[in-house]
Amino acid sequence: MNATVPQGRVDLELIASLVPQGARVLDVGCGDGALLELLETSHGVDGRGIELSQAGVNASLARGLSVIQGDADTDLAVYPDRAFDVVILSQTLQATRAPRRVLEEMLRIGERVIVSIPNFGHWRVRLQFLLGGEMPVTKNLPYTWYDTPNIHFCTLRDFVNLATTVGARIERKVALDAGGVRVPVNAPWWLWNLAGQQAVFVLRKDR
Amino acid sequence: MCSIPHRPLRMERAWRERDELGAMSSEQNPGEEGLNGQDEAILRDPVEEASSPASLVAVFGDDEALPLDCGRTLAPWQIAYQTYGTLNAERSNAILICHALTGDQHVASPNPVTGKPGWWELMVGPGKTIDTERYFIVCANVLGGCMGTSGPATRDPQTGKPYGLDFPIVTINDMVRAEARLLDRLGIDTLFAVVGGSMGGMRVLAFASAYPERTFAAIPIATSARHSSQNIAFHEVGRQAVMADPDWHGGRYIEAGTRPVKGLSVARMAAHVTYMSDEALHRKFGRNLQDRAGVTFGFEADFQIESYLRHQGMTFVDRFDANAYLYVTRAMDYFDLAAEHGGQLARAFAGTTTRFCVIAFSSDWLFPTSESRALVKALAACGARVTFVEIETDRGHDSFLLDEPDLFSTVSSFLASAARVRGLSEGGAR
Repeated sequence: MNATVPQGRVDLELIASLVPQGARVLDVGCGDGALLELLETSHGVDGRGIELSQAGVNASLARGLSVIQGDADTDLAVYPDRAFDVVILSQTLQATRAPRRVLEEMLRIGERVIVSIPNFGHWRVRLQFLLGGEMPVTKNLPYTWYDTPNIHFCTLRDFVNLATTVGARIERKVALDAGGVRVPVNAPWWLWNLAGQQAVFVLRKDR
Repeated sequence: MCSIPHRPLRMERAWRERDELGAMSSEQNPGEEGLNGQDEAILRDPVEEASSPASLVAVFGDDEALPLDCGRTLAPWQIAYQTYGTLNAERSNAILICHALTGDQHVASPNPVTGKPGWWELMVGPGKTIDTERYFIVCANVLGGCMGTSGPATRDPQTGKPYGLDFPIVTINDMVRAEARLLDRLGIDTLFAVVGGSMGGMRVLAFASAYPERTFAAIPIATSARHSSQNIAFHEVGRQAVMADPDWHGGRYIEAGTRPVKGLSVARMAAHVTYMSDEALHRKFGRNLQDRAGVTFGFEADFQIESYLRHQGMTFVDRFDANAYLYVTRAMDYFDLAAEHGGQLARAFAGTTTRFCVIAFSSDWLFPTSESRALVKALAACGARVTFVEIETDRGHDSFLLDEPDLFSTVSSFLASAARVRGLSEGGAR
């Protein structure tokens, strides 16, 4: 296996572990295609990608992937219902213009949806805001408020509420702390929402 | 010859310089324009070229008639083509390149009529994006064209005279059928790829739809699965200009010893505007005047853009047959892949295993990105392996013929990965 995930993206390895062998996979915001290539070589998936940047598209093409240049807000519409077994959106939901619609579209085209999000409710973020009185800037969320691509922040709790609102069931959830270590599965919600720096959810909508 | 005010030498040199800078191009390659007297002697007569091309030609006899969408059959008929590179032992490295409306088979070698370099030498050649050292390239003149494939300018073997309007109306599908017959003749069962821009892209789609099992990969560029109302409108303006020229003689101008150069050049001028973006026109020409200090209060070409268009019109008529222009534009107008499949474009590609790479240009208003997106949606609906790229450029529809690095990198990456899957060695033919 020659594919590797980029360093520092522990969520990608976690996501890969949640994808079944041989699945039809769409990676929304696939970047340079590292995750898809990993999934194709190690999980034998039939992968497709959506990526906005020309550099990312070229890099993905060079890996032999099929990529549509576009974004989550507008281009999920090209896919028919249940076109994929798994639709992945990693660290991008907070940067979309209409997160609810994006999530609904993903649930429409995928049997399962895997979403990883940064947690705006992490204790460091809360502390910065509370004590400094300024919009937080952390290692995981390194942008100032005026140049951030992240326009729709949420906490893990907020995301769970959205999932409920759109009628999705959370099949699995994994929160990672700042060191990339899993927050214990049996930990209470308040701890998840405080200690999880990011989280990965597997959603499904019964029809 | 033509009464359009025109100062050939000085003006043509000016535009030659522009073209060499890559500042502007016609739909044809922005190549060397001028030739000295010696070279001119070897240029071929376009009327002769239409029946007896300088390139390779495959002739099909009465027993190999070509059925046409209009209900008629064509026999005998011929298709003129060029090849570059070497077909490998497995016959798996062939790429069919489909030329645009006024293109021809001379992709990567000098055009025998104009002496200009091949129209896609930026893309195709040894070591280029479409590498002739790796792939076997086939490019044929379209049915209805005027560079040696059967068309209205070809001599009708029954009468010995040019077909003129007696030539049957042909469609994009007919053109593709003819190209498939050529591939049969060449012993090429499956294409590694079929590639083309604009009308060439229409043929890429028609080919991939009609012969999915013969198409490993397809690269439709700056194109659409149907000709829009606006596009039909522009073509109609061009055709009316040709037919309004008294020298057209109801299509029998060759026998009359005339040529509808005025009408055809106006058609070309109007079409040429559609190949460029407003932004690029403004950047290159603005309201600049042509070799004069002020406007002349008359109807000469005061503005550079006028002079440029007149030049484009004049050079076009020297190489292209007016009737062929009518026929080929008509073929584009009739193209509607969805309509052929019960109104559902996805049905045109149902079950396809072809790998697609759809490319659009952000400033192309003739075949806008929305058309490509509709195509991508249809392909995605079939579960096809489709890649889509919209290249940012202000150079309009013509971008596919120009030096656009993102175009080359996209095609190159796509072909390289497809070649890996196809099991083509790096050396290709060797």
